[in-house]
Amino acid sequence: MDDRTEQLAKNGAPVIEPGHTFATVTDKISSIVLTRPTSNGWYVGFGIAFLLAMTLLFAVGYLFARGIGIWGVNVPIGWGFAIVNFVWWIGIGHAGTLISAILLLLRQSWRNSINRFAEAMTLFAVACAGIFPLIHVGRPWLAYWLFPYPNSMGVWPQFRSPLIWDVFAVSTYATISLLFWFIGLVPDLATLRDRSTNRVAQMIYGILAMGWRGSARHWHRYETAYLLLAGLATPLVLSVHTVVSFDFAIGIVPGWHTTIFPPYFVAGAIYSGFAMVLMLAIPIRKVYGLEDFITERHLQNSAKVMLATGLIVAYGYVIEAFMGWYSGNRYDAFTLWNRLHGPYKWDYFALLICNIVIPQVLWIRKLRTKPIALFFISGVVLVGMWLERFIIVVVSLHRDFLTSSWGMYYPTRWDWMTYIGTIGLFLAAMFLFVRILPMISIFEMRTLLPEAEVKE
Amino acid sequence: MKPTPLYGMMAEFDTPTDLVAAAERAHHAGYQKIDAYSPFPIEGLAEAIGFQKNRVPLVTLIGGIVGGLTGYLMQYWISASSYPVNVGGKPYHSWPAFIPVTFELTILFAGISAVLGMLALNGLPMPYHPVFNVPRFAFASKDRFFLIVFSSDPQYNSKATRDFLERLNPRSISEVPS
Repeated sequence: MDDRTEQLAKNGAPVIEPGHTFATVTDKISSIVLTRPTSNGWYVGFGIAFLLAMTLLFAVGYLFARGIGIWGVNVPIGWGFAIVNFVWWIGIGHAGTLISAILLLLRQSWRNSINRFAEAMTLFAVACAGIFPLIHVGRPWLAYWLFPYPNSMGVWPQFRSPLIWDVFAVSTYATISLLFWFIGLVPDLATLRDRSTNRVAQMIYGILAMGWRGSARHWHRYETAYLLLAGLATPLVLSVHTVVSFDFAIGIVPGWHTTIFPPYFVAGAIYSGFAMVLMLAIPIRKVYGLEDFITERHLQNSAKVMLATGLIVAYGYVIEAFMGWYSGNRYDAFTLWNRLHGPYKWDYFALLICNIVIPQVLWIRKLRTKPIALFFISGVVLVGMWLERFIIVVVSLHRDFLTSSWGMYYPTRWDWMTYIGTIGLFLAAMFLFVRILPMISIFEMRTLLPEAEVKE
Repeated sequence: MKPTPLYGMMAEFDTPTDLVAAAERAHHAGYQKIDAYSPFPIEGLAEAIGFQKNRVPLVTLIGGIVGGLTGYLMQYWISASSYPVNVGGKPYHSWPAFIPVTFELTILFAGISAVLGMLALNGLPMPYHPVFNVPRFAFASKDRFFLIVFSSDPQYNSKATRDFLERLNPRSISEVPS
């Protein structure tokens, strides 16, 4: 029994359905881009997403004209939806890097069929995340002041602030994610260049493929570089959400100032990211008939990752509550009491139900293989993780040390339009991506086939 | 019209196993200027054609060191020398606070060096290459495996090399015009 059948026997569903060859894998994935006619469903879906993206443009345009007074932010809640959404989006991005880098280093070859679109998801999620801090600075046309550059004012950023760390962490993350994604695409772009019959497409894919010809020397360096990038992206992805959590943890606001934040933020990021991966993978595999490549195994494994990270998040909540009581600090104790009994108590209970209670059904194997059930559970987790950030940002700020400065947060229609607009931007980018680029890594799928093994 | 000089002789194979075996035999037969093309990375193929020098790790390491030094020294110079600001009584040179940016710039420089270094060492981007003149080479990005002996090889001889490639049982043999 060779490795492959052994693995099969151990894990049930295969990573790739039997019967495929190099040619069928290539044709199946590249035909989605090259020959398959664009369906009406795609136009409708893209149209809706594009309209939502235009809503974002409108909301941001109005914001630039009027200033952030159009939002619900005010003293004491200076960090409203903008920061909630920033943390939510950047967290979603983390699953893409986890799948492409960490699972590569751990030799989890099942990742090969979902890493490409998970990486695309990362890029688009980081793009959506990046919008929020920029428009939140109040004078976004001066946002470049965040970077250290020699200027006539003679001033420099303040490097003891976690907010400036965040600038470096997020911009590094966006750059490395883009490089990783693009380098992974190069051999597949060469395949599209060689397969396509349309002159314009040949030119565009040809330029992007940079003359890739699959030389053994090139592959050797390519694999080294890819592995090194994975090795670099692994600590990077852990650092990004750690630094995001520092934005809170370094502050002294009760509910923010805790040491559990870095690991619990990273776990929460991966939790919501896998939920988004499932919400994208389930319809995509159905619509494009990719059940052979994104098999039950992938759904099962993603569900298991969700379950595990969800439990880490639950542990974070328990420790937060425990420390609120055990520290003996009256402000921390009040934060806990306020979450359970304050004006936002329903958000807190909804959070517990969405993030801890409902996902426990993933223990049931039958449900882990039911795409529809997984789709809805993932949606619940995404809502839950958004609520978590809402509670961290808004509920911590609305009752701080001075009772005279207590207040409530009421998001305006502009807050909602900006938030929903970024979802539109994200989906529109995903729609374009599945239409013009191979959404599954073709060359990595070839390596999974039995015939790819060199026999002695 | 004068016939164009040949760039090399190319043999086509069906499986990665055949390609690795053929590459090993060509290397043992004393051919030095050879290359192999495949639609996915094959373990041991680079070694089979006698490729050893892979400088990507070194380039990445240098990039990382430069990035780390840049990050730390920039923060030190800004915070302690060019624009010292007293923040909550912390020292101007508060090194623990400088670690996150130092770390991020290490990763950033190392990652960019890995990618650009790999491309530069591979001589990419290179939109034109003689091997693309062979029509069957379009399958090198799909399901076929190619071995080429360059005409610059000291042992290259159009008849002897063709005979040698014939003995490897290829699916087809093509001459590559330069």
